[in-house]
Amino acid sequence: MLMTLSKDSMSITREQDVVPCRNRVKEVAVKIGMGIVNQTKLVTAASELVRNILRYADSGEVLIEVVSKGRESGIRLTFSDKGPGIADINLAMQDGYSTGRSLGLGLPGTKRLVNEFDIKSTVGQGTVVTILKWKNG
Amino acid sequence: MATSISQLLKNNKSTLLDGWIQKQLTNESLRDDLMTNDELRTQSEELVNALAKSLTDENITQVDSSDFDEVFEILSTISMSRARQGFSPRETGLYIFSLKEALIDLLQQKLSENPTELFELSQKLNRLLDNFGVLTFETFIKGREDVILRQTEEISDISTPVIQIWDGILALPIIGTLDSSRTQVVMENLLQKIVDTGSSIAILDISGVPAVDSLVAQHLIKTVSATRLMGADCIISGIRPEIAQTVVHLGIDLSNIITKATMASALKHAFSMHRLAVKRHETEKKGF
Repeated sequence: MLMTLSKDSMSITREQDVVPCRNRVKEVAVKIGMGIVNQTKLVTAASELVRNILRYADSGEVLIEVVSKGRESGIRLTFSDKGPGIADINLAMQDGYSTGRSLGLGLPGTKRLVNEFDIKSTVGQGTVVTILKWKNG
Repeated sequence: MATSISQLLKNNKSTLLDGWIQKQLTNESLRDDLMTNDELRTQSEELVNALAKSLTDENITQVDSSDFDEVFEILSTISMSRARQGFSPRETGLYIFSLKEALIDLLQQKLSENPTELFELSQKLNRLLDNFGVLTFETFIKGREDVILRQTEEISDISTPVIQIWDGILALPIIGTLDSSRTQVVMENLLQKIVDTGSSIAILDISGVPAVDSLVAQHLIKTVSATRLMGADCIISGIRPEIAQTVVHLGIDLSNIITKATMASALKHAFSMHRLAVKRHETEKKGF
């Protein structure tokens, strides 16, 4: 049973929002006592997804939640945007595939950095990516 | 017959100014360290003159009227310069609100036998001067934002130094986040310095980069490729353990770039590429 302990959201509208968002995530991670390696992994994952929002959808929102399941606590981040959406999610999850001339590692790389990864997208309506990183995961 | 506010103002300009100055001088928020009393007086006089000139009995209720353009301009200049000089928003706000007090005091003196008129005029003046107050704040904040913007530019300028640490070896410590515009500056500085100094090795130190995501990595790879095109080798140093793990999980391939954990080992590597060796001097050994 997953319980949400705290909730915090921030909107992403411009490139200058990447750093504050990362700092916010890091703050929360430090607060629940996450180790430096997992902190860095989570912050990097957040950075990737925020950049995706800015690159493909122009603006969006990040929801930062502290969750717990039994004794384990962790952080769940939800990135939602109302951008163009992803036509073929399987393709987008492949290493090296990019429609935006980047390295094509953002989505698959993020999946490898976190414990749980979920992506939902409807073409023309937007994309929602949810990631979860356990404190000791 | 209704009292003409503009006439009243024109006839009592000096009384108003004196009253206002008196209020400012007795106010505890007076910053005589930032501005002399003479300056304050000139500034205030300018504003009162402009107000007396532009205020008529018709436009007193039309706060957006273009008649007040001159007043707006003077107010903007004052609050903008105050923002730069380091006045607090409270001090700047009190400046304009004390003018309101002085004006109402003046009205009270002149219209003491006619309370209804006094009330009506005070209310109109209140509205007008509140609007001036809001404008003052807006420009004040804009002035502060200008300061921040300038500092941001300065930071990105000073935070990308290219240092020649040895004959033919350049070092470039990167502090903060590598975004597209920053990479552009870094790359330009580095490539120019390679030409200027004829260096063949460049060490990019990323100890000060908080997170390496795929975009930062892409920018790093681009910088390295550009350096190679110039015939120089590039070493990336300052890779912390947690960054190393993250980069591997992300799947970023940095294997064809020489990477080192510390600047010291990068420098050592650069020395060996140049066939240089650092030796302890013989004579110093005698001291043992």
